[in-house]
Amino acid sequence: MAHIPAEEGVPGIRSLVMFRPETGGPLYTLAQVLLRGPSPIPEEERELIAAYVSSLNNCTFCCMSHAAASRELYGEKREIVDCVLYEFGQAELSNKLKALLLIAAKVAESGRSVLPEHIENARMRGATDMEIHDTVLIAAAFCMYNRYVDGLDSFTPTDPEDYEEMGVRLAANGYVPPQNSNS
Amino acid sequence: MAYIELPEGLPGIRGPMAFRPETAQPLNDLAEALLRGENSLTRGERELIATYISNLNDCFFCQNAHGGLAQHYLACDMKFIDGVKENFQLADIPEKIKALLSIAGSVQKSGKEVTEEQVSHARSLGATDREIHDTVLIAASFCMFNRYVDGLGTSAPLDREFYIKRAPQRAEEGYAGYDPYQ
Repeated sequence: MAHIPAEEGVPGIRSLVMFRPETGGPLYTLAQVLLRGPSPIPEEERELIAAYVSSLNNCTFCCMSHAAASRELYGEKREIVDCVLYEFGQAELSNKLKALLLIAAKVAESGRSVLPEHIENARMRGATDMEIHDTVLIAAAFCMYNRYVDGLDSFTPTDPEDYEEMGVRLAANGYVPPQNSNS
Repeated sequence: MAYIELPEGLPGIRGPMAFRPETAQPLNDLAEALLRGENSLTRGERELIATYISNLNDCFFCQNAHGGLAQHYLACDMKFIDGVKENFQLADIPEKIKALLSIAGSVQKSGKEVTEEQVSHARSLGATDREIHDTVLIAASFCMFNRYVDGLGTSAPLDREFYIKRAPQRAEEGYAGYDPYQ
C-alpha cells in the first residue's frame, strides 16, 4: 500500500501522477525531452543511464521499466543492458559510454562527487559538452524519480512480463502522462 | 569554472538553464507547480523544505537562493533559516512542518528510508495526503536540482547578501517564465 491513496493496481510513477497531475505534467515532459528529445546520446543509451542510476538507487520500478525500454531500443544488442546492470565492465560498450556511466554514478552519490578528472576522462574519449550535460541531468533526474516512486511507496509490479510490456510501450510511444483513471 | 562551457556570468543553475533551454522549461514548470502553485503549504514552508534538502546535499547555491526566498516569504532572517537547517526540532516552526521536514530528510537519503511511522506521525499532526505527496516530491526534486548544479561544477556568489537582495525580485517573478539571463 502506497503512503497516499494512489490508484490501485496502477504501477509506479503513473499512480502518483494521476494523484497530482499538476506536477505530473512537467515530470513527464522532462522525461520526454531528456530521454526522447534531440540529443547527441542515442535513446537506448539514455535509457541505459536511467536504468543504471535507478539500480544504484535500488529503485526496482524505475530500473526494471527503463532497462526494458533500453532493451527494446537496443534491439539485437539488447544483452548490453544486463551486462551493464549486473556485471559492469564486461559489457561491449564504447569507452565514451563507460566514461559517461561513471559520471552518472558519481552524480547518484552526490553532485559534489563529480570531479574534474571524471569530466576530463569522458572528454578524452570523445564526449562533448552536450553529452556531459545530458548525462548529468539524466542521472540527477533519476535521483528525483527514484526517490519520488519509493518515497511514497508506490505499487511495484514483480512480474518481469509487466515490465517487458512497459518497455515496448515506452520505446514506441515515449512518455505520455496518464489522462484519466482508465489510461 | 564550470565543467562545460556555459554562458558567462550566470551563477548556479542559471548557466545550465541558458545552455539547454529545452530541459530548462520543464524544470522551471515543475518548480513553479511545486513551490508556487495553489497549496495548503505556504510558499515559505515549501521553500524551507527546499532549503533544508539543499543544505543536506551541501549545495551552496540552492540552499542560499531558496533560503533567501524562504526568509523573504516567512518574514524572518537568515539566522532563523540557519537554525532550521542546523536542528529543525528546536526551531520555532509548527509541529506539522517538523514532521514533514523529517520525511523530507529521509527522502534525501533514499526513497526507501521513508517509514509508515513518519507518515502517520505527520498525519496525526494534521498533514494531508497532498501535503505528504508534495513534501516527498519537493525533497526528491531538490535531490535533482542540487546534483544538476554541483555535478556540472557551476560557481555561485559566496556573499550570502547577494541571495537575500535578489529574493524579493525572484519571489515576484516566479519560476514559470524564468529567464536565466535576468
